[in-house]
Amino acid sequence: MLGLNRKDTAILLVVAALAIFAPIILNLFPARSELAFFNAGYPDLMQRFVIFGIFAIGFNILFGLTGYLSFGHAAFLGVGSYAAVWMFKLLNYNVVPAILLSIVVAGLFSVVIGWISLRRSGIYFSILTLAFAEMSYRLAYSVLTPLTNGETGLQVYTDDPQVLMQAGGHIVPHLFGLEMRAREVIDVGPWQFVFPVGYYLCAILMLVSFYISIRIFRSPFGLMLRAIKSNQTRMTYTGLNPKPYTLAAFVISGMYAGLAGGLLASMDPLAGAERMQWTASGEVVIMTILGGAGTLIGPILGAGTIKYLENVFSKMNEGLLHKWFAFLPDWVESPVIWVVSKFTGEGWHLMLGGLFMLVIIALPGGLVEGGQRIMRLFGRKPKAETRTSTEPAE
Amino acid sequence: MDAIILQILNGLDKGSAYALIALGLTLIFGTLGVVNFAHGALFMIGAFCAVTLSKLFNLSFETLDPTKKDFLGNPLKVKTPYVQEWFGPDVGAWLIDWSVPLAILFSIPIMVAIGFVMERGLIKHFYKRPHADQILVTFGLAIVLQEIIKSNFGANPVPTPAPEVFRGSFDFGVLLGFDPNVIIYPYWRMVYFAFAAVIIGGVFAFLQFTTFGMVVRAGMADRATVGLLGINIDKRFTIMFGLAAAVAGLAGVMYAPINSPNYHMGMDFLVLSFVVVVVGGMGSLPGAVAAGFLLGILESFASMNEVKSVIPGIDQIIIYLVAIVILLARPRGLMGRKGVMED
Amino acid sequence: MTKTTLSRRGVLKSGAVAGAGLALPTIFTASSAAAFTNEPTGGTVTLGFNVPQSGPYADEGADELRAFELAVEHLNGEGGGGMMNTFSSKALKGNGIMGKKVQYVTGDTQTKSDAARASAKSMIEKDGAIMISGGSSSGVAVAVQGLCQEAGVIFMAGLTHSNDTTGKDKKANGFRHFFNAYMSAAALAPVLEKLYGTDRQAYHLTADYTWGWTQQESIQAATEAMGWKTVNNVLTPLAQTDFSSYIAPVINSGADVLVLNHYGGNMVNSLTNAVQFGLREKQVNGKNFEIVVPLYSELMAKGAGQNIKGIVGSQNWDWKLEDDGTKAFVKAFGEKYGFPPSQAAQTCYAQTLLYADAVERAGSFNPCAVGEALAGYEFDGLGNGPTLYRADDHQCFKDVLVVRGAENPQDEFHLVEIVEVTPVEQVTYDPEHPMFAGGNLGECNPGA
Repeated sequence: MLGLNRKDTAILLVVAALAIFAPIILNLFPARSELAFFNAGYPDLMQRFVIFGIFAIGFNILFGLTGYLSFGHAAFLGVGSYAAVWMFKLLNYNVVPAILLSIVVAGLFSVVIGWISLRRSGIYFSILTLAFAEMSYRLAYSVLTPLTNGETGLQVYTDDPQVLMQAGGHIVPHLFGLEMRAREVIDVGPWQFVFPVGYYLCAILMLVSFYISIRIFRSPFGLMLRAIKSNQTRMTYTGLNPKPYTLAAFVISGMYAGLAGGLLASMDPLAGAERMQWTASGEVVIMTILGGAGTLIGPILGAGTIKYLENVFSKMNEGLLHKWFAFLPDWVESPVIWVVSKFTGEGWHLMLGGLFMLVIIALPGGLVEGGQRIMRLFGRKPKAETRTSTEPAE
Repeated sequence: MDAIILQILNGLDKGSAYALIALGLTLIFGTLGVVNFAHGALFMIGAFCAVTLSKLFNLSFETLDPTKKDFLGNPLKVKTPYVQEWFGPDVGAWLIDWSVPLAILFSIPIMVAIGFVMERGLIKHFYKRPHADQILVTFGLAIVLQEIIKSNFGANPVPTPAPEVFRGSFDFGVLLGFDPNVIIYPYWRMVYFAFAAVIIGGVFAFLQFTTFGMVVRAGMADRATVGLLGINIDKRFTIMFGLAAAVAGLAGVMYAPINSPNYHMGMDFLVLSFVVVVVGGMGSLPGAVAAGFLLGILESFASMNEVKSVIPGIDQIIIYLVAIVILLARPRGLMGRKGVMED
Repeated sequence: MTKTTLSRRGVLKSGAVAGAGLALPTIFTASSAAAFTNEPTGGTVTLGFNVPQSGPYADEGADELRAFELAVEHLNGEGGGGMMNTFSSKALKGNGIMGKKVQYVTGDTQTKSDAARASAKSMIEKDGAIMISGGSSSGVAVAVQGLCQEAGVIFMAGLTHSNDTTGKDKKANGFRHFFNAYMSAAALAPVLEKLYGTDRQAYHLTADYTWGWTQQESIQAATEAMGWKTVNNVLTPLAQTDFSSYIAPVINSGADVLVLNHYGGNMVNSLTNAVQFGLREKQVNGKNFEIVVPLYSELMAKGAGQNIKGIVGSQNWDWKLEDDGTKAFVKAFGEKYGFPPSQAAQTCYAQTLLYADAVERAGSFNPCAVGEALAGYEFDGLGNGPTLYRADDHQCFKDVLVVRGAENPQDEFHLVEIVEVTPVEQVTYDPEHPMFAGGNLGECNPGA
């Protein structure tokens, strides 16, 4: 289907099904039950899942295929967001020009940074990209405030030009009149499912991005990128110049990041400078590796896991824990809560750090490898995963 | 002129912190081939060794003073440190005052032990894994370590002053023939610089003039061959990791009086120290030290008003700008070797 | 927003699909179309407390959270009632808000606009929070305030000191109890004049982001009005940890006052560095060199240790005040947690009570009704003396404290002492003051 082989079609269909039914799958628990705390099926988080999914898919095209570890990809997401919000400020709240411009601007920005950074490889490349991103972040936070609104983040004010804005026009981001924040809420008994418009726009774009990424993985171009990863020197000896290929991969992944940034701004029209900080760049690296670098579906899994932890575990406060563990006798309850509270609420970073270590130690291929092991356990062949072999150090 | 001399002093001082951290990072990298994102955390733990010792000395018993009231209106609990009770008020006060220098002795065994445990327990299993995996696992470890510190000491900085005698500042200008009070520099920062110089010199001498160091240097150049010669290089590498941890820890202990330590100070230094290492050239110890001082001095100059008024915001980005320029001009940094971490 | 109710048949089918182990629904949806976002329908009402739990302000966030928990306790009639007993309004009866038991959810702002908005969104979209409060920086406050305006819930700002929160970025659904940079400067200037005279040369170090700039602009205007000269204003990067290279040029600049427009870790480090360089002992122009920190907090004082001795700054509130409200709050807080509350805690506690009280007086949770009840509201007994929630910009007007680092603190809670309580008249300004101009409250938004 669509020029994909059977295995890839299956993966695409699985991802599509997951994306379409996410509002149901993620709201597994009835709305008023205690377990509803673990639900993730609300618009903002679902949107973040797919948007960061796009970001990670794009990052994986560069890192997973060529092995070039960029530590500055958040800069492209950041400029994408700024471009989108500027479109809202100058034209109107329609998301189409915003998203298009965010991809273009991020693409141009990545051409410049990629062209310079790709003159070096290995850790030298990583540090170059990191340097560019940190410079962008620091300048956006301070000197470039007229352009970025600094600390507060770029937002739309009522006195902005908005030249295409008609009287009584939409004052929130919309797709030709379809507001991004509109949603259909369906109550099914005690369950409540929310189907947000914004989410589905993101999900469709994510599926398109995912499809393109599969095509890239399976194309001669993708093969060339893998060749760069396995042995660049040999490739050069065969008379091929790797630079145009890596630069193309870099720019493509930069545009993915720009798309993600534009979507972030379209779902919530505020662009903060922190989006470009090195920790944000680190986050996408972590998402990709945690999920499984070089696999198709890994980055999406990684992005989902991290955003889920960030948004759900940070909200577990001690009051909640007391409620949950109230059934235990006091002398058991207190130590249990003491331990659990170290990993939740204000200690959610500990959970995050612990999880990185655990996954990397136990599952060198990331979450995807975990899934494969479970599959094998049930005696089935692992589903269509093409993990490129990892290279040992040096 | 005085302004320039002051900024050179500042640059040397900042540079010594950068150089110390980068030195440890390069030691680990050069010997073990591991990218250690937890190195900043080791620096932070060093600083908290000083905090811990000063807290230990300040462990107190409480007596009630009915003449004063606490914030709830109850009689005030007056705290007296046990050390003052045990050793007399003078010795006790001296111990508390000198807790940072004393923490040097306290921290060395702790840091070496942490280094050993880290290497044997975790890093060892990552020698053959891709650098990206090493980065992620050590980054995870860094988060875990800093969260442990946060849950014990809080997120707020903990003031850890230098001993009374080092608290003032020294009139450096008079030595150079300037008027009094023109170039003054804090004693403790000068102590820090001297301390860094001793440690850096010590590490170089150790690698240069001892058999152990020779083997390690050989291992850095060609690990496989050294192994084939029947030398147990692994054991030496463990020791090197302990040494690097101790260097980072000592840098942290001595840094505590300069800026009150907080749990995320390691992360603040992490990116910077990587930039320093890479600018110096991966795997080159002299490169790391030189780059540390170079970036420290340039950073200091960039924050001068005269420079800032010409290029606004230059002090925000100078380190990164210099890194880019150097890496473009010299592919492997100042003194990097070919083929190290280039794939 | 539309709501669709499925047919009974469809419900049973999907119920069966959704999982056999879960109890089958007995009641099909009863919710009617809501009049405003997150209208509380059951016997409870949910408030969202969005505080920094990771990053440099985590301790401040923890203290805010303690205050919120205490306020919820008091609202629900548990504990002693705290400042509810001294509050001039008697609308609150200790039976929750309008008879509904108060519940709360918490989240981590990470002191980043993005993360704070994500966390607030989850509270609004998932947990049904009707009010969001908390925060420890102005960037976050402005970002979350904007979100609450769009979503149609009330935002009761926590610690935010920038002029913009109730100036350029003010919003109809947002309310600020904390004071701002202009007020700090207006309160400090007369005290500085009294302590250090009118002939002074000031050197400013300013954190290079929005809050720093508004703080510096305010204090420069106020001090120049009384005759001080500004020698220089140097912007320092937010990420800076070692300020030595910014402090060193001060030594020979001819300045005799250093103003540190820094907050949090920046302030702790820049002050520590300034003291290291011997600025406190320095004599310039025949006067003692002085350091001023316009915005103080207890936690910063703790972080800076001995370096804050004798250094003057301003605070929104301090637990050492003598009024009944403060006493009641300190007692309730101190007995529960074992140490006195910070000013961040007081602001968050007061904001929660003010919100609950406004709902009771309005007789509705509708944000527009609540906003109307809060705007122009005058009250007393919440620790700051008589206070006005001005209708023009939703800023509270009340006395401002000028404090100084204590020379010989009796314990760790007495690190600062109150120098003066500057009366509210002195810090009041016109809503159209140039430092606050350009904003527009807009219409209140009830959402839905």
